[in-house]
Amino acid sequence: MTAALELKGLTTRFQTRTGHVTAVNDVSFAVQKGRILGLVGESGSGKSVTGFSILGLIAPPGEVCAGEVLVDGVDLRQLREEEMRKMRGRKVAMVFQDPMMTLNPVLRVGDQMAMAVRVHRAMSKPAAFEEARKALDAVGIPAAAERLRAYPHQLSGGMRQRVAIAMALLHSPSVIIADEATTALDVSIQGQILAEVRKLCDQTGTAIVWITHDLAVVSSLADDICVMYAGRIVERGTAQQVIDYPRHPYTRGLLDSIPARHAPGTPLPQIPGSTPQLSRLPTGCPFRPRCPKASDICATPPPTHAIDGQTVLCHHPLERS
Amino acid sequence: MTNPILRIENVSKRFTRMPGLAERLVGRLTGGGKPVVVHALTDVSLEVAQGEVLGIVGESGCGKSTLGRVVAGIYAPSDGRVTLHGKPIAREHSGNIDKLTTQVQMIHQDPFASLNPRMKVGETLAEGPRYHKIIPSRDVQARMRALLEKVGLEGAYADRFPHQFSGGQRQRVAIARALAMEPEVLVLDEAVASLDVSIQAQVLNLFMDLRRDLGLTALFISHDLSVVRHVCDRVAIMYLGRLVELAPADQLYADPKHPYTSALFASVPTVGTGKRVFEAIKGEIPSPINPPPGCAFHPRCPLAGPRCRMEVPRLTWAGVGRQVACHLNDGGVDSKGAPA
Repeated sequence: MTAALELKGLTTRFQTRTGHVTAVNDVSFAVQKGRILGLVGESGSGKSVTGFSILGLIAPPGEVCAGEVLVDGVDLRQLREEEMRKMRGRKVAMVFQDPMMTLNPVLRVGDQMAMAVRVHRAMSKPAAFEEARKALDAVGIPAAAERLRAYPHQLSGGMRQRVAIAMALLHSPSVIIADEATTALDVSIQGQILAEVRKLCDQTGTAIVWITHDLAVVSSLADDICVMYAGRIVERGTAQQVIDYPRHPYTRGLLDSIPARHAPGTPLPQIPGSTPQLSRLPTGCPFRPRCPKASDICATPPPTHAIDGQTVLCHHPLERS
Repeated sequence: MTNPILRIENVSKRFTRMPGLAERLVGRLTGGGKPVVVHALTDVSLEVAQGEVLGIVGESGCGKSTLGRVVAGIYAPSDGRVTLHGKPIAREHSGNIDKLTTQVQMIHQDPFASLNPRMKVGETLAEGPRYHKIIPSRDVQARMRALLEKVGLEGAYADRFPHQFSGGQRQRVAIARALAMEPEVLVLDEAVASLDVSIQAQVLNLFMDLRRDLGLTALFISHDLSVVRHVCDRVAIMYLGRLVELAPADQLYADPKHPYTSALFASVPTVGTGKRVFEAIKGEIPSPINPPPGCAFHPRCPLAGPRCRMEVPRLTWAGVGRQVACHLNDGGVDSKGAPA
């Protein structure tokens, strides 16, 4: 079966005054229809740049310099800009952390949604409004017909994010990239939206890449998890494999530092040091200076180990206990 | 409560926005144009004991940050008062603001915004103690270096500017700045929320170490239930400006009494596989400009009865050291029964 989205060796770099910085380094993964992939990492790990690279939204001084982005088997990197524009929104859509990045503040919700419908489909305005209303219904917005007449500022943050998700769903795309889509929301609203997203993904078969720093969110939502560090995917597997049997010392460190996993008041295991600057990465494994298992061999590029589809980029992968 | 040093007594805080000229003119025709009043805090009472860490938890608009600022003396309460050792925390425009507010220090969420980018961190740390003459000026340099070491940085970093630090290091500097004033009470407002997961554990460990070494008393304001459970002795849950539940942390997490507390726990994603269904709270957080009548949570509460729509529930005892503001807890009605 062709994957809804497959990345092969995606590499994105940015030109800076001091030379090239590789923000996304040889990233490969596949998401099947109807599945949710959680892309987890800390700030500067390259998770958002991966999302932008998939949609071809990297502008100079940045550049996608290698790899393939296959959506339903079609390599988006081979398309001309006007063909790519036809893909955005129709085949691949994106939801951002701040819904006001998606919504136009001076247009009514219905007008901008109908516009988004008619960009890709020849359709009368009333029919486009009907499509918009159905999309709002689908994400659980009450009184959808009335909300179409509202301006974005008249909606709460949670409602705006639902509208942004509804807009991403308008054309039943093959893939939706959601970048920290619930991070700014309150937990009770986040819970509502995560439940809707899971339902929609199961119903429509849309593949979702859920980009977040929050391990708790992906462990409850995602089918598969990729962990990024310094532009590389260091571990990849099903949610259960990665959460229950992490094999990369970084994944293990992240999971161990979560307070809920320890008795209240006890010292938390911590990863020493701080997240690395991409312009000053050490040779070999980028996690080496912070890693408890690091040895001399870690100064050379780490190899890939795979067991049961769980792959890890490390010289000293942890045993599955 | 043994020996409470900080008392928050029936504190309310309202923010009033006066209408602009255009709104007043339109108001003459339409009958609108009246001042808009936000009820950020309504009748909140709390006591904090010496050496205790009290968690304040709630969603946006619940008043948790306003409460922190009232305690820190940044806002004067509209009603009620806050006392430290029986003396009121300074009010705005009063003569003795200087002396009192140094005893409560605040640590903010965003260390990129709370440190002056043009000052070396050593100067930032020294400014307060020097102004308030807490430390003799010849000792200032040595003390600042010692403070930096206490929060896990190098003393030599005193000569660096904030941009030379990472987010976690900046938050350590912010903690050092608060400690430099030798406060009795710390107010931490979402102090680890903007940090990466791996850095958050470092700062939490630092906080727990400092607490043990210095016997700190603190208000720990956060939306993150797992962090609060880890570092707090007691937890207050707030909703729309009111205290809805107050309990020792272990009891609250084991057996939440207020339907909002239970719902909050149910909607938090936890790390661990298999949990797929979010028992989400229905509806949205109401506006504090126009809070619902009766219990503010009743429009979203699965257990709400007719009384909940009419009457504001009072905070009542629900066990040793536990208080809850819910009609279900009234008059011996158990938490599964219908309200009286």
